[in-house]
Amino acid sequence: MAKDLTLLLIIALPLIGFAINGLFGKKLPKTLVGGLATGVVFTAFILATTLFFGLHGTQIVKLFNIIDFEQLRINASFQIDALSVWMTLIITGIGSLIHLFSMGYMSHDEGYHKFFTYLNLFIFSMLLLVLGSNYFVLFFGWEGVGMCSYLLISFHYNDAEKGLANSLAGRKAFIMNRIGDVGLLLALFMLLGQFHTLEFLQIGKALEANPALQGGALFLITLSLFIAATGKSAQIPLFTWLPDAMAGPTPVSALIHAATMVTAGIYLTVRSNFLFELAPATKDIILYVGLATTLIAAFMALRQNDIKKVLAYSTVSQLGLMFVALGFGAYTVALFHVTTHAFFKALLFLGSGSVIHGMHEEQDIRKMGGLAKLMPITHFTFLIGTMAIAGIPFLSGFFSKDEIMAQALHHNPVVYGVLVLAVSMTAIYMFRLYFLTFQGQFRGGAALQSKVHESGLSMTLPLMVLALLSVFGGLLNLPGLFIKSTAHWFDHYLSHGTFGLSSVHNAHLDFSTAMGLMLFASAIAIGVMIWAYLNYAKKGAIAKADEALSGWEQLSAQKLYVDEIYHALFVKPLLALSDFTGKVLDIQLLRNGVYALADGILNTANLTRKWQTGFLSSYLFWMVFGLIIFVAYYILKLSVWH
Amino acid sequence: MSLQIISIILGSLTLASALMVVLSKHPVRSVIYLVITFFLITSMYIMMNAQFLAVVNMIVYAGAIMVLFLFVLMLLNLNKEVEPMATRGSQLAAFIAGGSLFLVLITALKDTLILGQSYRENHSQIGLVKELGNLLFSKYIVAFELTSILFIAAMVGAILLAKRENQIIE
Amino acid sequence: MQAATSIGTSLDFYLFVSFALFTIGAIGAMTRKNMIVLLMCIELMLNAVNLMLVTFSTYYNNGDAQIFVFFTMVVAAAEATVGLSIIIMAYRNLKSIDIDMYNKLKN
Repeated sequence: MAKDLTLLLIIALPLIGFAINGLFGKKLPKTLVGGLATGVVFTAFILATTLFFGLHGTQIVKLFNIIDFEQLRINASFQIDALSVWMTLIITGIGSLIHLFSMGYMSHDEGYHKFFTYLNLFIFSMLLLVLGSNYFVLFFGWEGVGMCSYLLISFHYNDAEKGLANSLAGRKAFIMNRIGDVGLLLALFMLLGQFHTLEFLQIGKALEANPALQGGALFLITLSLFIAATGKSAQIPLFTWLPDAMAGPTPVSALIHAATMVTAGIYLTVRSNFLFELAPATKDIILYVGLATTLIAAFMALRQNDIKKVLAYSTVSQLGLMFVALGFGAYTVALFHVTTHAFFKALLFLGSGSVIHGMHEEQDIRKMGGLAKLMPITHFTFLIGTMAIAGIPFLSGFFSKDEIMAQALHHNPVVYGVLVLAVSMTAIYMFRLYFLTFQGQFRGGAALQSKVHESGLSMTLPLMVLALLSVFGGLLNLPGLFIKSTAHWFDHYLSHGTFGLSSVHNAHLDFSTAMGLMLFASAIAIGVMIWAYLNYAKKGAIAKADEALSGWEQLSAQKLYVDEIYHALFVKPLLALSDFTGKVLDIQLLRNGVYALADGILNTANLTRKWQTGFLSSYLFWMVFGLIIFVAYYILKLSVWH
Repeated sequence: MSLQIISIILGSLTLASALMVVLSKHPVRSVIYLVITFFLITSMYIMMNAQFLAVVNMIVYAGAIMVLFLFVLMLLNLNKEVEPMATRGSQLAAFIAGGSLFLVLITALKDTLILGQSYRENHSQIGLVKELGNLLFSKYIVAFELTSILFIAAMVGAILLAKRENQIIE
Repeated sequence: MQAATSIGTSLDFYLFVSFALFTIGAIGAMTRKNMIVLLMCIELMLNAVNLMLVTFSTYYNNGDAQIFVFFTMVVAAAEATVGLSIIIMAYRNLKSIDIDMYNKLKN
């Protein structure tokens, strides 16, 4: 099948699924709704694989003109190249697994068809985002995923006890995303001003031909793009929406806030690599913001007690890690980590979903424990995911993290030191989570214990597939220390297939440094695992109660009070301002002002009404008066004023 | 010389009788004084050789309109009534307004160029019936015909207005 | 004023008389409360204007002014007729011809 037709089908299929489920979903049987939604995404995945195997350079598919003036041409056109096809594979592949999971997870929910409608819409928007060939289509998809995120986070807005909290979380996500979107819009306007086009290839080629365009403008453009990425990918300062977004159903957290939407910021940066390469100041900013984020988020995760919140902060921290890689200009390394992170984070989230489902909606890990025997498959896959994220050697996470650490060591050893700290904290909190959830004694009470059960096949199958991917995903980009032939396959694939990346070279360490690095990282990971085993399993330590937390633990559990700080800094003044305008300006100025005007007119009318006396003599008097003025005027006009 | 004296006497008598029209308390007396005023004005017309108008003035104004006024006065039987005076304030306002009007009008006379010749020297023939007739029936014939319609309207209006309505018994 | 042969026979004298008559009529109209006397003052004003018109016609040898006077008299006659019938009707309604009683259009 022709490539452009394939591409259009890939984009259209989720849209069709959205339309059918949206219009008729209520009347169709549940399995049909879920099956249709999963089916379209899976079909898109298959089609994407055909594109992947037939990939040949960059191909642009133009659909229609959106804006067609002489000075401004914006088309709805899409791009088939290595980067977009890879992102499509991730989105549709993991997307279809999550759709399958949702068929089981949401089966008791009455908004079943609505859920799948929104999910398909999300897939469609995300595909637009990654497949667009210009910033305009990207922006369209960007806004679309923001909206779907809002819809899906506040999905249970009707819930009796948590409905309000859910909608507030959705609102928070939307607003913070919006703040980032301002950055994207500014960047778009500046790009239009500089290059008069929004197409990636055209901008890239213009810069290639004339790199003297760099300077202040490019710094501002890239800074605005980074602000947009900050909003979408939850970096400091716009990260507090992601932990709150855990109020949405677990498949949503897995899909949107682990695997796909939050990687949109990374995608945007990689796509605009030719811009960032000419703005080294912005890359430094990215580096330090990412570094700070990864450290602080890891700290916050250390003492969280909600299973999903730990994973949420972990996501923020891992995203920070990816931005660190981007700050060093190692775009392919960052994207490799995106891929492996998608695997194991989706696995971890779906696993937590399975746990929550089995525990009958209980999410506090202080009430869990000993689930290893009660939910074996979930336990095993979750363990694999934990080991992957912690960096246990030869799993996928190990390779991708190691690449990033290598880049850091090469460019800036201080950054490397901080990263070591962050990675250690990652391992600590992940293993804490694992041991407290699955090992030890069940702490949720005997009544619940009898009801805990393993989840059905529709939920465990995706877990198993993702576990396999987490284990073998590292093969994509082996460091080539021992086997040279297949080494760095992903690096080569991506850099040769994407515009601009071929001129960027990742740092390569020599053999001994690389070896030492890997050994050190393995030591950290395995060491933490052993410590956690001894601490939690053998000693039987459990999470402390809230009152017993020490100073730093309190800080960590309260997320460093960032939410409270934001509330005091931004929300309160804004509310005060709106109060002021509502009560003072609106009422005093406008309402009273209008009343005063009306009253004034009424008073004037009452005054002038007294002129109508009803007496003829007064009327005659005024007539004579007027006559005098008339005659006097003419006399003066004719004689005095010549 | 005598003409001059006659004119001055006529003028002052006119003003005096007009003043009496306004100032007298009896309505019937006001009517009488107004008739005298009309006589005097007619004589002024005659002095200026406006013969036709003098006669018409006498017949229409003094002869018809004043009689009508008298009739209505008799009909309303107001002979004995004394009307209330206007308040001092409104009287003052009226006098001031009237006085100012007079002043302004006199000011208009101040620097105007008037043919200072005597009307006698003008030998105006224009007031004769023959001349006026010529003018009326050639240039102003349409207006002349329209006045007949005006009269019919006035007559019909007057009769209708003054007719006594039949009482409707509730 | 230009020097005339004598003040009694100049135009200005008759204009003066006319102005004075008009003013007296105006003051009377504003002051008197009897409706019939009011109408008479209005007739007085009309006559003052007629006098002025005739004066000008004499001095400028123009007949149009006298025709105008003629028509003014016509209209004055018609107006007096209708005015008097209105007074009769008004008397029937309020049993008074005091003009100050007829202030229903007040305010």
